[in-house]
Amino acid sequence: MAKDPAPISFIQDVARGRVSSARLRRRHRCGTVSAMPVPVPKTYKLFVGGKFPRSESGRSFQPTSNPAINVARGSRKDLRDAVVAARAGLAVWSGSAAYLRGQILYRLAEMLESRRDAMQRELQLGGLSAPLAKRELDTAISLTIWYAGLCDKVQSLLGSQNAVQGPFFNFSMVEPTGVVGVIAPDSPSLVGVLALTLPLLAGGNSAVVLVSESAPFAGLALGEVCASSDVPAGAINVLSGLRSELAPQFASHRDLDGLLVAGAPDAALTQSAADNCKRVRFCYLSAADWSKVERLRSLTWVEPFVELKTLWHPVAQ
Amino acid sequence: MAKNGEKQQATGTPELVFGGVWKYDPAPESTEHFTIAPRYELFVGGEWKAPKTGKYFATIDPATEKPLSEVALAGDKDVDAAVKAAQKAFPAWSKLSGEDRGRYLFRIARILLERAREFACLETLDNGKPIKETRDVDVPLAAQHFFYHAGWADKLDLLFPGQTPEPLGVIGQVIPWNFPLLMAAWKIAPALAAGNCVVLKPAETSPLTALRLCEVFQQAGLPAGVVNIITGDGKTGAALVRHPGLAKVAFTGSTEVGKEIQRAVAGRGIELTLELGGKAAHLVFEDAAIDQAVEGVVRGIFFNQGHVCCAGSRLLVQESVHDLFVQKLQRRMARIRVGNPMDKNTDMGAIHSAAQLARIRELVAAGVEGGANLHQSACELPKKGFWFPPSLFTEVAMSHRIAREEVFGPVLAVLTFRTPEEAVEKANNTSYGLSAGIWTDKGARILWLAERMKAGVVWNNTYNRFDAASPFGGYKESGFGREGGRQGLRAYVRLAGGLLPG
Repeated sequence: MAKDPAPISFIQDVARGRVSSARLRRRHRCGTVSAMPVPVPKTYKLFVGGKFPRSESGRSFQPTSNPAINVARGSRKDLRDAVVAARAGLAVWSGSAAYLRGQILYRLAEMLESRRDAMQRELQLGGLSAPLAKRELDTAISLTIWYAGLCDKVQSLLGSQNAVQGPFFNFSMVEPTGVVGVIAPDSPSLVGVLALTLPLLAGGNSAVVLVSESAPFAGLALGEVCASSDVPAGAINVLSGLRSELAPQFASHRDLDGLLVAGAPDAALTQSAADNCKRVRFCYLSAADWSKVERLRSLTWVEPFVELKTLWHPVAQ
Repeated sequence: MAKNGEKQQATGTPELVFGGVWKYDPAPESTEHFTIAPRYELFVGGEWKAPKTGKYFATIDPATEKPLSEVALAGDKDVDAAVKAAQKAFPAWSKLSGEDRGRYLFRIARILLERAREFACLETLDNGKPIKETRDVDVPLAAQHFFYHAGWADKLDLLFPGQTPEPLGVIGQVIPWNFPLLMAAWKIAPALAAGNCVVLKPAETSPLTALRLCEVFQQAGLPAGVVNIITGDGKTGAALVRHPGLAKVAFTGSTEVGKEIQRAVAGRGIELTLELGGKAAHLVFEDAAIDQAVEGVVRGIFFNQGHVCCAGSRLLVQESVHDLFVQKLQRRMARIRVGNPMDKNTDMGAIHSAAQLARIRELVAAGVEGGANLHQSACELPKKGFWFPPSLFTEVAMSHRIAREEVFGPVLAVLTFRTPEEAVEKANNTSYGLSAGIWTDKGARILWLAERMKAGVVWNNTYNRFDAASPFGGYKESGFGREGGRQGLRAYVRLAGGLLPG
């Protein structure tokens, strides 16, 4: 134990008061702790409009995977704020060239790669073993690169030129649906967020994501990765909190244009989403499927959250 | 000053007045080439079946209020029988080769054109729309939809390369009264091409052409149960969309009912496409070809008596040409011939129903009460039947009901804008997003505007054009999913690994 090759977890354990005094004394005798400064644990906050606020409600909750840590417990007002931020983010994100959006998502993959250690620790805080955390991170990076390369192909793949009768030029182009709410799965806590959000971003949407309730750490840390990846403020907004409290509020929010929910179809959510004809989809996968990267990258996940616009113009001299 | 100058110029143009001098001779289309049965049953499992409710209701000619026929009122048991018939037909139909499915659809398209005149006349009688439109738009387009989708039936592998598109199963389809035959074709053709079976409910007030389409299916030898058509009222439609045997619901109609259907199918994991209402903005810039724009605006709002979900019901004119444009529009409106829909010269026929006429009157009254300025062309309206003259409101505010609610009638609300930004802002200031129109001579501006319109169809320097190859459908509360084109067909197939519907 004294020669623990990953002392960070030990430091966090110390910080959370989960190390027995006997173990601490043993460390002291080895000289590993005395050389370390007092640890600086992180406050887990929301990511809204490119900033990291606490919940306006002042509430926090203790995730089941790690009850020693306080995490901001998002409220209905936090959701509203996030939607306002996402509406502003949408204009910037959807107004950017698809090539630029691809580059920014690729940058996101670069940042995930360069922050491997930190992200892996977040996943471990959420209860994963080191090898599983590493595997999830591999999937996350692979997925991000796939969607980065998709951004500037969506138009050609889903749009069309149409052979209509008469002297008309007619073509159909795709545009983002708008601001889409995402209820990420409880697990996997990082890949779950990315697998549902990246197809939306590739289509030009902005997103408000509710991360895993039991293991929100990696999902919230994704906000930090975004903040250092040229992702425009508001394009991705990350909330943490209780799913049972927030999911119905996502469904009934009138300025969300779509809703993508991890889990089995839920009649109550769709019923309240119908108030403004939201595009609603559910992503119901087994744990095995969630771990297969090829199962998570699909143009069919982009399709439900883009709108097709068809233009007509006469052809004349 | 400039504004006054233009006004003077506009009013100074000499006007030729023919209206009172020469009358058009009547040119009615004859109806001797077909008959309407006194009563129609339900088309279930390839046969005509009496409804288990034992009830029938009349369908009338809205131009004369005379009953044309009576049709069966399908109840829950009839809906159930129709879905079961479709389920029974599904295994064989979905396993049939794409080429053979296509051949049936090609035959349907051909027979529909062979019987084009009969369908056009019947549609006009049952709906009230002018024969000119049913003859030149509704029937040819309906046939095109069958022909277009026939060609897709054996090419689904080209449409979704590397994937295996599967049919969904039994599709429940509910259609409105404004384009009865065309909507039936829009719904049935892609469903069948992809290997699905169908239960379709036509609108209560316009069931006759969909029922006659069943004769075409029989003539084409379409296997029994592949298409089932059940007539009835709103309750029949509600029973259909709630039936547990459906794999998808496709609905065209009002936004209000569309939302109810979204709630009704919630949690069942079945697909849904909604083509709902609209309140389209029709933008006219000062540099537009004004006379052509006037024609386009007339086509946009008075086509099919304005009973069009994508009608250009909000005219946004650049302020500098407002007076001139409105004057030209009023002059053009005076020449719209309103009257007997069966007359080949008629431009605008009858309002479809007493209920719709009441709705139009209510909204027009609200416009007048709100302080908007009503102009109606002084046409003579027939004594019997449901009629409403071409109408135009000026001095309209964005908050007026006539500028926000779907009138679904020949009523145009005129507003103004100064800059392209303001035009975009006003155009998108609605919960609807079905269509938009843009008139300007500047190409770059058209694309700039079209990109910003939150609408599924944008007509530029034209309006109300339709084609089977051109996807149609809305943004926002105008619904989701497309009809027509390859994207329309997408809504009728299942691809492995997709997200689940709500």
